[in-house]
Amino acid sequence: MYRQTEIINDASQNPSLGGSGETGDLIINVGPQHPATHGVLHLVITLNGETIKKVEPHLGFIHRSIEKMCESLSYRQFIYVTSRMDYLSSHINNHACALCVEKGLQVEIPPRAQVIRVLMDELTRIASHELWWGAMAMDLGAFTPFFHAFRERESINDIMEETCGARLTMNYIVPGGVMQDLHPNFQNKVKAFMQLYKRKIHEYDELVTGNIIFQNRMKNIGYLSPEDAISYGCSGPTARGSGVSCDIRKIYPYEIYDKLEFDEVLETAGDSFARYMIRIREMQQSIRIIEQLIDNIPEGDFQAKTKAVLKLPKGDFYSRVETARGELGVYIVSEGGTTPYRIKFRSPGFSNLSVLDHIARGSKLGDLVAMMGTLDLVIPDIDR
Amino acid sequence: MWSFSHIANEMHEWLSKTFNPTLTLIIEMVIAGVAVIGLFAGLGLVLVIMERKVSAWMQIRLGPNRVGPKGMLQSLADTVKLLVKEGLTPDGADKFLFNLAPFIAMIVAMLLMAPIAFARDFQLWDMNIGVLYVSAVSSIMVISILIAGWSSNNKYSLMGAMRSGAQIVSYELSAGLSVLAIVVLTGSLQVSDIIQSQKDGWWIFKGHIPVIIAFVTFIIAVTAETNRAPFDLAEAESELTAGFHTEYSGMKFALFFLAEYVNVFIVCAIGATLFLGGWMPFHIGNWTDFNHVMDYIPSSIWFFGKTFFLIFVIMWFRWTFPRLRIDQLLNLEWKYLLPISMINLVVVTAMAILKWHF
Amino acid sequence: MLNEELKTKITELLPAATFEEGGDPIAIGWLTIQVEPGDWLSLAQKLRNDNSLLFDYLFCLTCIDWKTHLTMVYHLSSTRYRHNMVVKSKLDRNKPEIESVSAIWRTADFHEREVYEMFGVNFLNHPDLRLLILPDGWEGKNPLRKDFEDAVNMIKL
Repeated sequence: MYRQTEIINDASQNPSLGGSGETGDLIINVGPQHPATHGVLHLVITLNGETIKKVEPHLGFIHRSIEKMCESLSYRQFIYVTSRMDYLSSHINNHACALCVEKGLQVEIPPRAQVIRVLMDELTRIASHELWWGAMAMDLGAFTPFFHAFRERESINDIMEETCGARLTMNYIVPGGVMQDLHPNFQNKVKAFMQLYKRKIHEYDELVTGNIIFQNRMKNIGYLSPEDAISYGCSGPTARGSGVSCDIRKIYPYEIYDKLEFDEVLETAGDSFARYMIRIREMQQSIRIIEQLIDNIPEGDFQAKTKAVLKLPKGDFYSRVETARGELGVYIVSEGGTTPYRIKFRSPGFSNLSVLDHIARGSKLGDLVAMMGTLDLVIPDIDR
Repeated sequence: MWSFSHIANEMHEWLSKTFNPTLTLIIEMVIAGVAVIGLFAGLGLVLVIMERKVSAWMQIRLGPNRVGPKGMLQSLADTVKLLVKEGLTPDGADKFLFNLAPFIAMIVAMLLMAPIAFARDFQLWDMNIGVLYVSAVSSIMVISILIAGWSSNNKYSLMGAMRSGAQIVSYELSAGLSVLAIVVLTGSLQVSDIIQSQKDGWWIFKGHIPVIIAFVTFIIAVTAETNRAPFDLAEAESELTAGFHTEYSGMKFALFFLAEYVNVFIVCAIGATLFLGGWMPFHIGNWTDFNHVMDYIPSSIWFFGKTFFLIFVIMWFRWTFPRLRIDQLLNLEWKYLLPISMINLVVVTAMAILKWHF
Repeated sequence: MLNEELKTKITELLPAATFEEGGDPIAIGWLTIQVEPGDWLSLAQKLRNDNSLLFDYLFCLTCIDWKTHLTMVYHLSSTRYRHNMVVKSKLDRNKPEIESVSAIWRTADFHEREVYEMFGVNFLNHPDLRLLILPDGWEGKNPLRKDFEDAVNMIKL
């Protein structure tokens, strides 16, 4: 799987392009197995001492060609595969696919199902940001926050396990609604979780956010300008850290998001610390959404009546949702059959990764790890 | 009665009566060597389990709890595992240096044991330049790391070694300067003299704020010198996978690991000796009654208690702080610690001349 | 900007563009236009830079294999005006070539490399057109084309 030859475009560095090849550059391979990549990402880094001259991602180590697989799966089946893309926000992936299929079917979703979906999405967002927070601190060499983050994340996973029967790949949101009704304990457990979260949230600031070493490592590092964020197609917290308003929940609301009160979190600094703060504050907004909904889950069906075999009319369908990492787009091209003719997943990680080279140049090797942390890369999401 | 010094003297007397002086010396040296190796291994086991338990406590988990009572034999089991593991030498490595490096690390750590006073009158070698010896020998440590990093023929190792070189050489300065503060106050480099000078109170209490500053500088500097987080740039797990010992496995890795922990012990022992009175019990000026009560606690307990307290502090750092970046690390030393400790040394000198300390 | 206004504006910019009616019947109601591959680069520049359009956010770039031809699909959005648009372009299946837009939208760099390896579309003037996801030795094999066969790894349902 390794690429034998490293292609360096800069002619002065490449002997085969007429350069001397003796510029003192050090090329190191970070990954495919490396503690900082959190998965099988391969970065070829050109270094001058400790300073980064170029970062070149090599992908595909966990590419399963989900897009091709989906072409032979029915509209009910393909949702299960998508849980494996961004496994940390599998609910939201399922949600995006369900929305896209529903657009084609033109079914009306029962209000109960809509509320459940939003609740699940927001819980997933918190769980994902919790894991990110722990992993981010671990990238910077602090191990303890990882376990503190897992304490809260565990209780979310327990909630998911009761209702969905799974802890990671939920496969709970299906076209027409959700797979099954909520577990009777759901409301109590969510309330207990929110209490736990509010009791413990100050630890996050004391342990990591307020730490002077942490702030020095994060501030003024990996600056991403708003123009570049848009041009590179960044979305989610990565772009919002640069002050680009891009929360799909706000600008193209789906489900009941337009009726909910929550703020789109924006920071303008554009550095790693801004991206960090965005996620920390986003968790609080998600808590706010859950608080509004948890006591107001309407009674009724959890699933709309749909046919056993779904058939989408001929045409293109596109749905956009906001995952924990950014904008996920599902593009279905239908020929009128029971399987999609072509599916494209516009994954947030893929575009966010492409900006890494741009923001990493000129900074130190240690900062690359911090930047990758703040981009919140999930490799199966990038590779699909 | 059963103090360490008593046992040592009894043994010496018996040996002198039984053998001629040369043989006595040889036997005593062998005993000392075995004791150091035994202590070395014992400390490794204790400190590893301590680190794991401390980290578990801080990380709201249980830590090792399967092998032996409350998991206390876990590090023994780990040692056995490391012993039977294959010690790989990579093909591209400089084989001689690659195999030499862990032994240098271990020998340096062992040499450092010599001037440490573990209990009242219980010291391997009370040389007259004890403190100087410690700072001189501990600098050799960086050579083993550089050799390990270079000979592994691995870019990660090399980068870790270069970082480590820059780091240890820099932090040696402020560690040395803060040690000098105490040397100036005591007027002697000999470890036993330094401890004796604290019989009416430890330097950290007697020396006002300048000694506290020196103490804090010392702790920061030795944390960096022993490559412990938040200064573990030489290993920097998330950046360099494992830094200079990326290519090491089995027992050769274990020697580095052990040397790191023993180094932590030694620098904490030095810190305890210089600032907290070593084996000297907690004495307050002329309160003879109080001092007498304190003397009932054996001196070895005082020494190990203080040392392990400092080790705990250093472990506390490790499990709380994120890692610094290389330029921040050097900035901290050259722009803050070094000027502060230089000025501090001047202040301490003035204090010593004018006898402002207690 | 509403679709009707967009339509007139784009007709001004590129009279040759054809509008796809009913091709996107129920989706969010985005305007879909068809352009010739040769016209694409100049149109893209205008879409990006025209002050009343400002399509600065290329959020999806992909390709569809229709067995007879390939279709490039660009989903564009404006972060200022919040309007969206879909641009499609038919390519010859045997010699698919289109101008790269990576100089206009930097995100196209990675997305075009993905399309290049998956569909074999040759993006002209792309700064770094190499395999991104597939390992070495996969040049010329295009897994997402409908006629791709891999006896070992593909399971036919």
